[in-house]
Amino acid sequence: MEHQKTSKQLLGELLDKHYADALQAKADGKPVAWSTSIAPQELLETMGIHVVYPENHAAAIGARKHAQEFINHSEGKGYSVDICSYARVNLAYMDIQQCEAANIPLPDLIFCCNNICNTVIKWYENIARELNVPMIFFDLPFNHAYEVSDQNVRYIKAQILEAIIRLEEITGQKFDYDRFGEVMRISSETSLWWKNASLLACAKPSPLNGFELFNYMATIVCMRGTKEGLELFKLWHDELKEKSERGIGPWKDAEEKYRVMWDGIACWPYLGDTYKVLKKYGINMVTSTYPDSWYIVYDENDLDGMARAYSSNYVNRNLDFGTDNIVNIVKDFRLDGIIYHSNRSCKLMDFRQFEVQRRVEEATGVPSVIFDGDQTDPRAFSLAQFETRIQALVEMMEARKKEWGVS
Amino acid sequence: MITGAKEKGLYLGVDIGSSSSKAVVINQSGIICGEGIVNLGTGSKGPQISVEKALEQAGIKRADIKKCVVTGYGRLLYEGADKQITEISCHAKGVKFLWPTASTIIDIGGQDAKVIRVSPNGIVENFVMNEKCAAGTGRFLEVMARVLDCKIGALSGLAARGTPGVVISNTCTVFAESEVISQLASGKSLEDVALGAHKSIAQRIAGLCNRIGIADSVVMTGGVALNLNVVTAIETEIRHPIIRLADPQAMGALGAAIYAKEMDEENNTNR
Repeated sequence: MEHQKTSKQLLGELLDKHYADALQAKADGKPVAWSTSIAPQELLETMGIHVVYPENHAAAIGARKHAQEFINHSEGKGYSVDICSYARVNLAYMDIQQCEAANIPLPDLIFCCNNICNTVIKWYENIARELNVPMIFFDLPFNHAYEVSDQNVRYIKAQILEAIIRLEEITGQKFDYDRFGEVMRISSETSLWWKNASLLACAKPSPLNGFELFNYMATIVCMRGTKEGLELFKLWHDELKEKSERGIGPWKDAEEKYRVMWDGIACWPYLGDTYKVLKKYGINMVTSTYPDSWYIVYDENDLDGMARAYSSNYVNRNLDFGTDNIVNIVKDFRLDGIIYHSNRSCKLMDFRQFEVQRRVEEATGVPSVIFDGDQTDPRAFSLAQFETRIQALVEMMEARKKEWGVS
Repeated sequence: MITGAKEKGLYLGVDIGSSSSKAVVINQSGIICGEGIVNLGTGSKGPQISVEKALEQAGIKRADIKKCVVTGYGRLLYEGADKQITEISCHAKGVKFLWPTASTIIDIGGQDAKVIRVSPNGIVENFVMNEKCAAGTGRFLEVMARVLDCKIGALSGLAARGTPGVVISNTCTVFAESEVISQLASGKSLEDVALGAHKSIAQRIAGLCNRIGIADSVVMTGGVALNLNVVTAIETEIRHPIIRLADPQAMGALGAAIYAKEMDEENNTNR
């Protein structure tokens, strides 16, 4: 009998295949798109256009400690150190096209959605202009009110319909609405299983070591609209469920003593270092703001729902929503503390971080720390300073447990 | 300070900073028996010398110490301690011991500036630190002192003779150094520029204070608290009086020593 693959094995295989398929498509003369990480990929999947994600790719380069060369190249070209480091890595990759991570083909089409930040507009415009390829842009306005307004939904839906027409023009093919319905269903289901799996970390101890979220995130971005992606997250869910039912915690060789969430993007160049510091103190990062970011769920053929879902991610929502989001995470996951990554690259996330921290502390009493770092620029992080803050967080969590018997 | 030669329970706290090392020996009543402060930080012989000084002053040997706690930037590299505790908790512990009503602690050391909020029963509730940057730290003052051609200890007196008006607006220490040089080149006096540099630090600290919110009493610790002019400048910015304890530099080491004592007491209780 064939040995069943673990989700981790499958994850590696799918990612390899994702990049290999894109390179092959390019070699075969088929169009390849570059897209932002939370964009309506359903349209591209329906058209059979291979898509790769520069943010993911930059993160992979960062995690392999290869970002500095790309950053130097971009800064040499005149891009400021204050620009997002994903952008600096990717804009350099366009020139260098060779990295320690898997390589990606250059795009024939740009797909850009500003629900994650506004830097992407100029970054992707630059790519489109330099490579002289078309860009389809989705303007998903920041939601200043608590909920996504119906007006915004109409505005976004109109852009999705317009994008379909442009895709037909660019490819010279008709858009298959039946296939679109199927992709919509698969995409929503994959999102659902991603969320279901990550919610299993609510158990004490959590069967999930949250740094795995950072790894699996690659596939929820790249393969959300595919059957393989769906199968992966179902499998991951089942593995975690089984672990949880058997009372197995996140590590074989250590106990989960404290449960925290990580706000913001990982420090990719120091992924292992940050993980080891947390583990050393028995801290399990059980969750982050990632599970909800790719919880893009709507009914099949419901374009209004799809428009609303793409505008609903927390970075596109107002301060009250951002606060409630974390307050709920603290309660649902029974957290002892919060780690906020003040990410030099991400002005959008950092802008309100101090205020969110203040409000969440007021609402929950849970201690937290902010540390300075960057998603891919290795120069903006100090391990010793990180550890001091983490150890201080442990001391605060421990004092709280002793004083108030909070467990 | 009393000699600890005849004491049975003696505890050592060591605070290894980026630019200085501090060691404090206390007895079972928490009274300081010996203290050593050396202007050499982690990676040097500073920690060792500070401990030797403290032991010598207490009239004891290392073997007489029952427990030792180490804190500060160099804590993870120091061998021979029973436990490592962060400077955040240690400063809070030391200050609360000497000043029980303290609620806010401003600690400015060589490479970081922090504001700590402490609960009435001594628990660290929250803290904020400077970003990964020397602005608002002791290192900033060292650079300023060098440009102003004055010893770090004389900076306070120099600034006290200054007239307000010089603005050092750069938060980056290297840029601020250039700014100071150009202020001096344009004819501003050393005194006025020193005062401007102090105001610049004070504004950074006030920003941290505003983030965390201050409550009575506000106590200042760390080497920079030795500079009275900076303390006054911060008082002006935060519009709140600051209590400056007699030995602000040793607060972290004192807190570490108290933790060592508590550890020992806890062990005895559990036995």
